[in-house]
Amino acid sequence: MGNKNSSVRSLRLIQRLCLAPYSVWAALFIIVPLIFVAYYAFTDNQFHFTLENVKRFFTATSSVSDASGTREVRTYLLIFMRSLKLALISTLICLITGYPAAYIISKSSARTQKIMITLIMIPMWMNFLIRTYAWMTILQDTGILNGFISLLGLRPVHIIGTEAAVVIGMVYDYFPYMILPIYSVMAKMDSKLLEAARDLGCNSFGVLHRVIWPLSLPGVFSGITMVLVPSISTFYISQKLGNGKFYLIGDAIEGQYVANNLHFAAAIAFILMVILLACMAVMQRAANRRAAV
Amino acid sequence: MKKIIELKNITKSFDGQVVLDNINLDIYDNEFLTLLGPSGCGKTTTLRLIAGFESPDVGDIVFLGEKINHVPPYKRNVNTVFQRYALFPHLNVFENVAFPLREKRVAKGEIETKVREMLALVALTGFEKRSVTSLSGGQQQRVAIARALVSSPRVLLLDEPLAALDLKLRKDMQQELKKIQKATGITFVFVTHDQEEALSMSDTVVVMSEGRIQQIGTPIDIYNEPENAFVADFIGESNIVDGIMLEDRKVSFSGHVFDCVDEGFGHREPVDVVVRPEDVDIVPAEKGMLRGVVTSDTFLGVHYEIIVDIDGFKWMIQTTDFTDVDEHIGLYIEPDAIHIMRKSEYSGLFGDYSSYSMEMDEIGVLEEEALEEVLEETEVPHGE
Repeated sequence: MGNKNSSVRSLRLIQRLCLAPYSVWAALFIIVPLIFVAYYAFTDNQFHFTLENVKRFFTATSSVSDASGTREVRTYLLIFMRSLKLALISTLICLITGYPAAYIISKSSARTQKIMITLIMIPMWMNFLIRTYAWMTILQDTGILNGFISLLGLRPVHIIGTEAAVVIGMVYDYFPYMILPIYSVMAKMDSKLLEAARDLGCNSFGVLHRVIWPLSLPGVFSGITMVLVPSISTFYISQKLGNGKFYLIGDAIEGQYVANNLHFAAAIAFILMVILLACMAVMQRAANRRAAV
Repeated sequence: MKKIIELKNITKSFDGQVVLDNINLDIYDNEFLTLLGPSGCGKTTTLRLIAGFESPDVGDIVFLGEKINHVPPYKRNVNTVFQRYALFPHLNVFENVAFPLREKRVAKGEIETKVREMLALVALTGFEKRSVTSLSGGQQQRVAIARALVSSPRVLLLDEPLAALDLKLRKDMQQELKKIQKATGITFVFVTHDQEEALSMSDTVVVMSEGRIQQIGTPIDIYNEPENAFVADFIGESNIVDGIMLEDRKVSFSGHVFDCVDEGFGHREPVDVVVRPEDVDIVPAEKGMLRGVVTSDTFLGVHYEIIVDIDGFKWMIQTTDFTDVDEHIGLYIEPDAIHIMRKSEYSGLFGDYSSYSMEMDEIGVLEEEALEEVLEETEVPHGE
């Protein structure tokens, strides 16, 4: 009895020891920085408490002129909406292309599955900056894509510096984060359930609609989260592929940071984080409700 | 009686391995038919052919006179109760049962009525809103049955549905399944490797081995008149000895000539003789037709199970008389306790208890079950 107790105790000790490095890491590089972000967001240069930074995010205005004239806009809200729009488009494209791909991969032979998943993951092993530069050379007006198009005798297209280029970059970079969680849910799905559905009167569409889709929703939700969050806060892709014309919320944070406006940069980061967390909480609740039915 | 399903000359192989070898089987309206056999005998594949998950390499599946070899499962008026139930985890009990009705776009009110009717049939009234993952094995089993019956199929296929339940529950469910079959009048095709289950539930038992049907008959026929040594051994305990048919109703084995009730064999035809352990009477050695020495004696409550060595061949005998190990006893066998079978490929493989011990037998069963699980996991090719 005493032996058993002490062995349980030593097991717990080992577990704690194993966790220790991660706990320290998490405290140093996740918790402490978050506290600093929040602290900076709500203080001024003299480190007195203030709501100015947050207020500035919602109220700062600037004038924009386009074909219909000059308008006053709320600068950061506009930037935020633009980021949200591009991130949503990218996420949607990732989902629409990634979902069927994940399904097809999960249905193929074990060997093919391994190869496909490796192929999807290989780009993730390359540096993010290099990947983005690669897209610059592909999409440039005199780049590889247009070289190819003119070889075919077609008119070259202008992509670099447009929203399309930014979306292409985001989709390329974050696509694996969509496909992997969906694939892992589908690969674990009990094939008997699909047989049961067919047995009970479902054709292929019915099986997809009534069994595969609802059961894969947890994967879909985590895929959406994992693509939406980084693409809404990206700054590098928009600078390189958008030629800096599409100032996104990530660019705004970076810009303020570089300009040494640490407190305002922190405020933007903080607000963005709160909005994202709220979105994720809503999605999680929706997912749980589906699961509970 | 009306034929519902006919399997005609069906052969099926996976990766060059023949799983079903020229199967012919008629399934009649309203009957409880059991496919019985050890793992790997092809019983589950037969079921999957009827369900439409597989199609035969050779031969035809006929449903009410119509060939349905390539009709997909969702167009067949046949439903399956899967071994591990395959309930939809994202739907509650009510929605699981309503699943096939929603697919058929049945009116809402009718769905409500039918689902409640089915849940009442399987004694799950009040469980409508429960999550299927919170149910016990027996309850999940009932939901699976209700779901498979709700759209009133002509035939219900049950793939070892009781295998995952514990003994007590299994006995209850056997009774209940039989009752449901009687109440609904739907033809049941039941797959099992448990001979007791097959005998107690079925109208017709189909014994299978190595992809071939060994015998089709009522439980009583199968037990009393086994066709060959495999059937005799698989269904219950049997002493199977080599014999020679001298003439009609006269057979010689173990150095003695016995009266029996079988006829129609050739003159001096070698045969397999089956004597069930409970059909042998123990008498004093000098009065016995056969004489032997008791080598083991096990008390089983209702009776003793003893092993008797008769000229090197070990017989199993179940008796209520007490005997001592090493005691010399005589055996007396009534003519109708002797069953004569023609020689088959299974002759000489079964029916001798020389290596028998209860413990071994139990280990054997456990191993078989473990093997079964492995086979099931690998039998069905992944994906389509």
